[in-house]
Amino acid sequence: METVTLTIDGRNVVAERGITVLEAALENGIYIPHLCYHPDFESHSACRLCLVDTGDGELLPSCRLTVAPGMVVTTNSQMIERARRSILEMMVADHHTTCRGCPSSGQCELQRIMGRLRIDRKRLERLRWPTEDLPRDTSNPFFDFDPNRCVLCGICVKTCEEIQGADAIYYTARGNMTRIAPFGNKPFAQSRCESCGECVVRCPVGALVTKNVQRPKQEVKSVCPYCGVGCGIYLGIREGVIVDVRGDTASPVNGGHLCVRGRYGWRFVHSPERLTTPLVKKSGELVPASWDEALSLVAERLAGYRGDRFAMVTSIKLTNEEAYLAQKFARTVMDSNNIDSDARLSDAPTLAALQRTVGMGATSPLSELAQAATILAIGTNATETHPVVGARLRQAARRGASLIVANPREIDLCRHARMWLRPHLGTDVALIMGICRVILEEGLVDASLVDEKAAGLTAWRESLRDFSLGRVERITGVPQEEIAEAARLLASGPTAIVYGAGITQHTHGTDNVLALINLALLLNTGNDSLRLYPLQAHNNALGVCDMGCLPDYLPGYAAVADASVRERLAAVWKADLPASPGRTLTEMWSALASGTVKALYLVGADPLSTMPGHEAVRQALASAAFVVVQDMFLTETARHADVVLPAASFAEQEGTFTNMERRLQRVRRAISPVGDSRPGWQIITELAGRMGSKGFAFGSAAEIMAEVAALVPPYEKASPEESTLCSFPAADRRFAPLAYEPVEKIADIDYPLLLVTESCLYHHGNWSARVAGLKVLADEPFLQVNPKDAADYGVTNGQMVQVASKQGEMVTKAIVSDVTPPGVVTLKGGAQDLQALQAGLTAVRIVPQTE
Amino acid sequence: MLSGFVVADELAKILASYRGNRSELLSILREVQDTFNYLPEEAMRQVAKFIGIPESQLYSVASFYSHFRLTPLGRKRISVCRGTACHIRGAPQVIEEAGRLLGVKESETTPDLEYTLETVACIGCCALAPCLRVNEEVHGEVTLKKVRELLPDLNNGA
Repeated sequence: METVTLTIDGRNVVAERGITVLEAALENGIYIPHLCYHPDFESHSACRLCLVDTGDGELLPSCRLTVAPGMVVTTNSQMIERARRSILEMMVADHHTTCRGCPSSGQCELQRIMGRLRIDRKRLERLRWPTEDLPRDTSNPFFDFDPNRCVLCGICVKTCEEIQGADAIYYTARGNMTRIAPFGNKPFAQSRCESCGECVVRCPVGALVTKNVQRPKQEVKSVCPYCGVGCGIYLGIREGVIVDVRGDTASPVNGGHLCVRGRYGWRFVHSPERLTTPLVKKSGELVPASWDEALSLVAERLAGYRGDRFAMVTSIKLTNEEAYLAQKFARTVMDSNNIDSDARLSDAPTLAALQRTVGMGATSPLSELAQAATILAIGTNATETHPVVGARLRQAARRGASLIVANPREIDLCRHARMWLRPHLGTDVALIMGICRVILEEGLVDASLVDEKAAGLTAWRESLRDFSLGRVERITGVPQEEIAEAARLLASGPTAIVYGAGITQHTHGTDNVLALINLALLLNTGNDSLRLYPLQAHNNALGVCDMGCLPDYLPGYAAVADASVRERLAAVWKADLPASPGRTLTEMWSALASGTVKALYLVGADPLSTMPGHEAVRQALASAAFVVVQDMFLTETARHADVVLPAASFAEQEGTFTNMERRLQRVRRAISPVGDSRPGWQIITELAGRMGSKGFAFGSAAEIMAEVAALVPPYEKASPEESTLCSFPAADRRFAPLAYEPVEKIADIDYPLLLVTESCLYHHGNWSARVAGLKVLADEPFLQVNPKDAADYGVTNGQMVQVASKQGEMVTKAIVSDVTPPGVVTLKGGAQDLQALQAGLTAVRIVPQTE
Repeated sequence: MLSGFVVADELAKILASYRGNRSELLSILREVQDTFNYLPEEAMRQVAKFIGIPESQLYSVASFYSHFRLTPLGRKRISVCRGTACHIRGAPQVIEEAGRLLGVKESETTPDLEYTLETVACIGCCALAPCLRVNEEVHGEVTLKKVRELLPDLNNGA
């Protein structure tokens, strides 16, 4: 570090070259009043309070003054104080008259500076405009904005622009009428505001404040339980209740940045809908029961369905410890490999594709995403589904990285993108293969180096022959020039590829992922990681799969079919393992309906809400002889259960989660379990004990992790305390030849449109619906219809329309917008109604409703 | 309010002669206002997208200049003079009565987009004070009775 020595107020100060005088002073304990300076941003000297004297007769804002050798700075003198005082007086004269009742009182920078400068409020009255107080904006359910307390420091504007990238607010009007406001001076809740609360965190005064703020008495380090990013958080606790959450600034994942779900979504923990006692079905009704009664009933009934007659589904929100015990229970106690998780619906294509080409261990650290010069975001609306990663993409575009968005729909990222490719629905393989072909044909990468680093180049290259640019354009609808330009940008890397459910939740999901892996192999010859970022929708999708909640893999992806693997595990578990792979999640329902599988144990899974083909699942549940549900809430599915076991939340137990980079992170018990609920691992331990198994004598989550570490070496090396990455050994890289398979022609004359669903920032699984504020912010469901289709089917903007598929129908509001491409209607929100309509990719017709 | 489609069609004609540079923003906004008499929200959103700036920043520019109207203008623009002469001869009462009849405050437009009430510093007819203008037509020596003849009582019953 190069340093500079200067004098501040007669003191010799050593400062890093390039920092400002204000920063140098603050680092050395010399206080200079300031309001608009924030270490996260470049100074914009809006408040002019940090004026200092460098001896040449003019006062300069120290936040813009770079330290220089031998500089002599005075931070306080009569002249400075006079200038500061008049600036401050004008500011206060425009401010709310009193600190009484202000939630920021005691933490307010303005208050602090007024105290230091001993400002007399009475004297200020002469400067006041005789105006009424402006109305407070209380539209957002999580925070309030009081323009009367705003000092226009601009920190919130910069936060929204540079940190979140939502660009929701800016300065409006002029002169003494200047206000911070969203577009059209609308309330926050009706603006582009993403409610991340980052501006609330940074507001130096009482203008932006959390609603009903309560200061925590103690903080417990934890991990956000929503999406696969796995942001580090601190739970703020007061009298046994969570009252606040803040981002962990030391977290290698998010560096303190949170989205609305992470910062405010924890409230489901204290939802009145939490299950507080076990429930047992008696004459058709679920009635409260004791743990003893419930567990003995489960133990007794399950004992009769060992082997293939038993099936288990786990959620991908469980801790690693819960997931590990769940599959161990299925395999050793129930003697069944019929164990699967919700990952089957979303993340299985990624796992299958990795397995075939580069190995399960191929994950990439998020830190490399930040360094990428080009980023392809394909099949993901990351700003809604994975907001912190979405914000990283916007930040990258801001600092000059080339963002390429490939999406049939116009999402917010398009606004930040250098290129927006708009392929037809389901044509991603062709698009990517076309791009790869350009890269090879134009010699944008060193083919001999590629050949050296990965096997199968020749065969794959052969499969590229079918993808002439002309054909790719015909299939995808993306002009040839755009494909070629994208290819050139991608090859100019380092390039990261981010993809989401648009790629995986698809009939050709595995092919889509394979195409992206091929592209990544082409672009990352000199790099250990492939810079490939699958965005898992849920926080522990990777962990639950690593733990072996898969019908064909044991913990650590050891194949069930492999006898030597089974033997090794049997020795550790001291039990025989079933030899044949079990049924997948999608296969279980027909097996239940036909009576082959009779008992079902759902650990946090709610298939009635998550599975397409609602009716089949309902029938399967009805035909099951015995259904146990272990959950925090009485979910749709739990209502069909024979026994419901109340599980504790992430904040009530010890455990670990594995995020999208395969970073092992620890959650801690911050509060005691709500009601009579118990941590999932304890429930399974107890149940296994009652069923006579000896392999479940665990006294703590850490003991379970110790057993995991012994079986899955990457987990042995990783430390959840330091949230380090688990690294599976790298496998040999291999290309996968691909052909383009058109999506089944499902649209026909009766159902001419394709229905896609769009994720919503405020809607996430079963939990967000139990957070009142998130429900308020989530839009009423609506259907986006392209203007062309609207004209064809006589739909006007705002009109109610009936949407009908072969499976069912619903009525919703139509919004005419070219955000959705012609031939495709997009349903936003309203996941519940959707279940009735959908079975995979769905063709629909729309009929305007007349009043 | 104007429907989104009308705005989109008219706007497309305006934007056809621009390239989408940031420097074109003010010219575009002026043309939009010339076309619609004000800056419709939908048009502002589309212009922001066309120029490639956030909507909030465009609104910042639009709200900075007093030239730009953010609310629609009525078909009849009632400009009441409140220059010195008119003020002395009763402009405040004229403004009050006009506001009462139309049910709007200063610088507001009736919901049916028929009337906008505004005040101007001087229309140069001090000899005829107090005076007002309906669009380009000047009415001098206005009395409250004359105001009631000129303007309908949209506010009766309220």
